[in-house]
Amino acid sequence: MAAIYRRRYATNFIALTLSGIATLIGLTFLAWILWITLSRGFSAIGVPLFTKITAYADQGGLANAIVGSLLMDLLAILICAPVGVLAGTYLAEYARKTRLGSMIRFLNDILLSAPSIVLGLFVYVIVVLPMTSLSGGSVSFSALAGSIALALIGLPVIVRTTDEMLQLVPGTLREAALSLGIPQWKLTVQVLMRASGSGIATGVLLALARLAGETAPLLFTAFGNNYMAYGPLDKMASLPVAIYQYTNDPNPAMHAIAWAGALLITLFVLALSLLTRLFFARKKVNHD
Amino acid sequence: MNATSLPAEPRDSDQRALRDARNDRLFRLILKCCALLVLLTLLGAAASTLWGGREVLFGHTWEFLTTSDWNPVENKYGALGPIFGTLVTSIIAIVIAVPVSFGIALFLSEIAPSWLRTPVATAIELLAAIPSIIYGMWGLFVFVPFMADHVEPKLSDTLGQLPIIGALFDGPPLGLGILTAGIVLAVMIIPFISSVMREVFQTVPTRLKESAYALGSTKWEVVWDIMLPYTRSAVIGGIFLGLGRALGETMAVTFVLGNSYDIQASLLMPGTSISSSIANEFNEAVGTHRSALIALGFLLFVVTFIVLMIARLMLRRLSRREGN
Repeated sequence: MAAIYRRRYATNFIALTLSGIATLIGLTFLAWILWITLSRGFSAIGVPLFTKITAYADQGGLANAIVGSLLMDLLAILICAPVGVLAGTYLAEYARKTRLGSMIRFLNDILLSAPSIVLGLFVYVIVVLPMTSLSGGSVSFSALAGSIALALIGLPVIVRTTDEMLQLVPGTLREAALSLGIPQWKLTVQVLMRASGSGIATGVLLALARLAGETAPLLFTAFGNNYMAYGPLDKMASLPVAIYQYTNDPNPAMHAIAWAGALLITLFVLALSLLTRLFFARKKVNHD
Repeated sequence: MNATSLPAEPRDSDQRALRDARNDRLFRLILKCCALLVLLTLLGAAASTLWGGREVLFGHTWEFLTTSDWNPVENKYGALGPIFGTLVTSIIAIVIAVPVSFGIALFLSEIAPSWLRTPVATAIELLAAIPSIIYGMWGLFVFVPFMADHVEPKLSDTLGQLPIIGALFDGPPLGLGILTAGIVLAVMIIPFISSVMREVFQTVPTRLKESAYALGSTKWEVVWDIMLPYTRSAVIGGIFLGLGRALGETMAVTFVLGNSYDIQASLLMPGTSISSSIANEFNEAVGTHRSALIALGFLLFVVTFIVLMIARLMLRRLSRREGN
């Protein structure tokens, strides 16, 4: 065989091998991180974790952080789901080809990967500071501010999914409904949203998976709390912030609790993202 | 108009048409307000950080942007240290992540048998789903000791002895530092870059690839000479997308950077980044210090906004061509 062929085949062989190695590197890191989280998390998990609130050393649990995370995630979804779905509907149904529509779509894509810590600062300036001065200092950091910051993380995810899902609905469905004399709002709410319901639900779940693991925007909005708190104007603990504080502590007993919290979050987020994949898979089958 | 000009009481269907039209306008208005909220969020984030950081941004502009002396006790805020750390860690992350992501995308779109593609692609995308605080913990407790024991001593023994680039790998094997943070960031952005690359590789028309194969090209030649040129702008867009993520990432790097404001040549030495400075110091800061941290946030926002804008514009170019 001519030398040039040998060289070309050798290049090909080396490139393909390297690409296989690159995939192995990616998978190795995934396995490494998951293995560490699972093994260290499971060895630290126990009943006191769910019954005791955060405290020093091995006396501590995560009860207040778990409750805080659940409350703030729920409130965040309650804020961003309606706004996001409506905004996505506007983009898909009223502004599909307009200049305003494409500009909002463009900025939404940027918001999707904007640094979460800056969104935290934003909420600090527009929510925490005004509330502090209005209440004379009795209310400053609050669960409400934390939820708003988290909602800003989830919002672009929901906008984008809703937009894409509604665009998938065939135009004949719209024409059929409109030809019966249905007003457009009724068409949108009762026909289009129903047709793309599972897709929109996927977007909400994706947003929840995304915001549940966020730490940075909570640091200076909800702040953290070593006691149980339920009120929307109280400072509130959350799992990611509690993990952050425990990890910063030199005491190994605190690290064990941090790993247990890390396990809870990781399982929650991974379960959610696998669940959304199932949703998607089912949806694809429906459309075929 | 018709309804009002009717002499007797308007008919039922006319009233309904009027009501529907009014409801439609109202519905559209509500939707539009929600959509404008997205716009407002971005504008608001820029404006509020600019406002919060005005004291430092406008009062000490020069000092803030050109000195590296960050000392809250003496009220000195030179941001060069965090800016340097953010840029260098992100560049390291990109240098590592781009070839690896390209390899993964190549493997998933051309080499792997079809039964293997979905599970491997899902696994790689799960890397993106892991919360960044988990990366931070794994980085601090597992990866930092690993770097300190196994990687960094070897680096300073081999590369560290070379004449010019040796300065980059000089110093004690602390584990913590710029290089470690860059590698953790690389792992975080690999799923983003590789999934964009994989998606755009799938848009290459099959007949283009088959023509090349028919002329006797190897797989590598098809990927390098046919697919990559065809998707070039989107691939660059994907890389910028990863860069945008890396620049703004907070929790993954805060633990492993080592929190030092000194600018050092060696990548093995500790440093800081914009986001980790904010996360570490914000809650203890008051007055000018707090303003300086918000000003850092403004800087970060502007830089990531520009990078992400370039990314989206590059990605959009391919989808437009696809539409033609």
